[in-house]
Amino acid sequence: MDVSLDLLGNAVISGLLLGGFYAAVTIGITISFGMLDVVNIAHPAFIILGSYIAYIANSTLGVDPILASVVVAPAFYALGAAIYQIYYLAFERHGDKPLQGLAFFFGLLFITEVTLVLVFGVDYRLVEAPYIGPSLHLGPIELPGRLLVPCLVALAMVGALHLFTARTFIGRAILAVAQDQLALRLMAADPVRIKRIAFGLSIATASVAGAVLIVIQPVEPSIGRDYIGRVFAICVMGGLGSFAGTLAAAMILGIVESLTATFYGPSWTPAVAFGFLLLTLAIRPSGLFGRT
Amino acid sequence: MGTAKFLPLILLAAAAVFLAARLIGNAYVFFAGYVVLQYIVLSTAWNILGGYTGYVNFGTPTFLAIGAYASVALYKVVPLPIPLLMLIGGVLSGIVGLGTGYLTLRLRGVFFSIATLALSVVVQTLVTNWDFVGGSRGAYIIRPMTAPLIGGGYIDYLCLVMLALAVAAIVIARAIEHSKLGIGFATIRDDEAAAEASGVPTLRLKLLATTLSGALMGMAGAPLPYYVTYLDPASGFSLTYAVNSIAMPLIGGTASWIGPLIGAIILGTVQQLVTVTISSAANLLIVGLILVGFVVLAPNGIVGLVRGRR
Repeated sequence: MDVSLDLLGNAVISGLLLGGFYAAVTIGITISFGMLDVVNIAHPAFIILGSYIAYIANSTLGVDPILASVVVAPAFYALGAAIYQIYYLAFERHGDKPLQGLAFFFGLLFITEVTLVLVFGVDYRLVEAPYIGPSLHLGPIELPGRLLVPCLVALAMVGALHLFTARTFIGRAILAVAQDQLALRLMAADPVRIKRIAFGLSIATASVAGAVLIVIQPVEPSIGRDYIGRVFAICVMGGLGSFAGTLAAAMILGIVESLTATFYGPSWTPAVAFGFLLLTLAIRPSGLFGRT
Repeated sequence: MGTAKFLPLILLAAAAVFLAARLIGNAYVFFAGYVVLQYIVLSTAWNILGGYTGYVNFGTPTFLAIGAYASVALYKVVPLPIPLLMLIGGVLSGIVGLGTGYLTLRLRGVFFSIATLALSVVVQTLVTNWDFVGGSRGAYIIRPMTAPLIGGGYIDYLCLVMLALAVAAIVIARAIEHSKLGIGFATIRDDEAAAEASGVPTLRLKLLATTLSGALMGMAGAPLPYYVTYLDPASGFSLTYAVNSIAMPLIGGTASWIGPLIGAIILGTVQQLVTVTISSAANLLIVGLILVGFVVLAPNGIVGLVRGRR
């Protein structure tokens, strides 16, 4: 095969940009699954919900999709807090009910998807923004705005979450609840309240991730499923509950997928992510960056 | 009641159902009946792993589609009788089940669940890129006009085969439940670490459960191309199969063989009615809502509600 250096360089760069976007999609799972141990497989469905809200705001009001997603993020936070409250009352409070808990989120995934199908149909929807289309050129390297802006937004979001968990009391309490709930109680913080806040935050990130997704590609309701495996693959590879690990794993997956798409064809990319996940699970379940 | 006594009873019941359907003499009964029977097999198979050992499998479509695509591939080479296809589909899906289990069952249960979701996309990608079975365009199967052996429409025959498989699945599930194996499975569900410590060979039991569950799903998938006559990856790997095969046991009750049976009959029939009277998208929404409602309000299903009354 004829491999030119330009093509390789461009594939790696767009992989890095794609990786940034994957980090935005995964960061919510890093919080809910990695830190809180809540297996929210419905997360990608909430991301698609975010995409559609950005689409509505963009097509009816002409608002920038990413700006709109930041505005509605508090509503997503409330939704997340409500879902966690139901989850806590119905399952977590009684101790181990993993089967029912998983089925609960699976049902939410399904309801969200089917509702979107009933309301919007299965047509692909897309948004308009000034940065979709033009590209930045650095010598032979091309930086499409369609990928560059989402990557920067994603990096900003991951950075903000990192600062929040490292600097504020609530943020540190979220890290603590991941480690030892009893100890948290002894420090006079209510673990259920902390987890509700954290889960709300994780769903709030889905709003921004959804807007970023619809900037990158047209969206239809069932597209979220393609991301279920990816987000969990990245979260596990990143060592469960580590923001830096998530970012690194997302970048690696982005590059590998981009190389696969460039040299073998895009129809093979879904298998790459999942092959990665299966390999990670089989060989190093604590993740590439996790502590063993 | 032992299996030896149960077998004639269920065979009698199955024969009565089939004869009654024949007497009605409406082809639609068989079209709808096939789907309900398929779901009885799928939910019973799912429950052997999910209900008995507590490992949630989201990959029902994978195993079903492996059986279905094995039939498509063989149809292109040499068309075989349906029971033989079922056997082949069952063996292939059983092997995939064993492999998945071997890769992931040593980890926490939830990783197994995520891996089954992932596997479904990997296998779907492979099939989509496999031109011999039609790739993403899908494959057509020409169904014979009349049924072998029993006469009448070919759908009648498919229905009969699926009925036999449903009976087999229920008998197997029930036999497991009443045996030492079933107790072993239950210890895994209740406390895997304690079971391991007490000398229960947990990994071997789990592998047995995934293999058996996968094989039954593959067998249920083998006649599918002949039923739909056109199969493409999107419909073969449809998430509908996954949500139904989870919802049905949970609605019926996961602790015993009768739960998936009740769930599949109720939910399967309701879906057929809603599909005909309202729309197929609405029927999926109803399944989702019923599933979430049941797991939140009645985590032990209908069987649990009935037992709780007493």
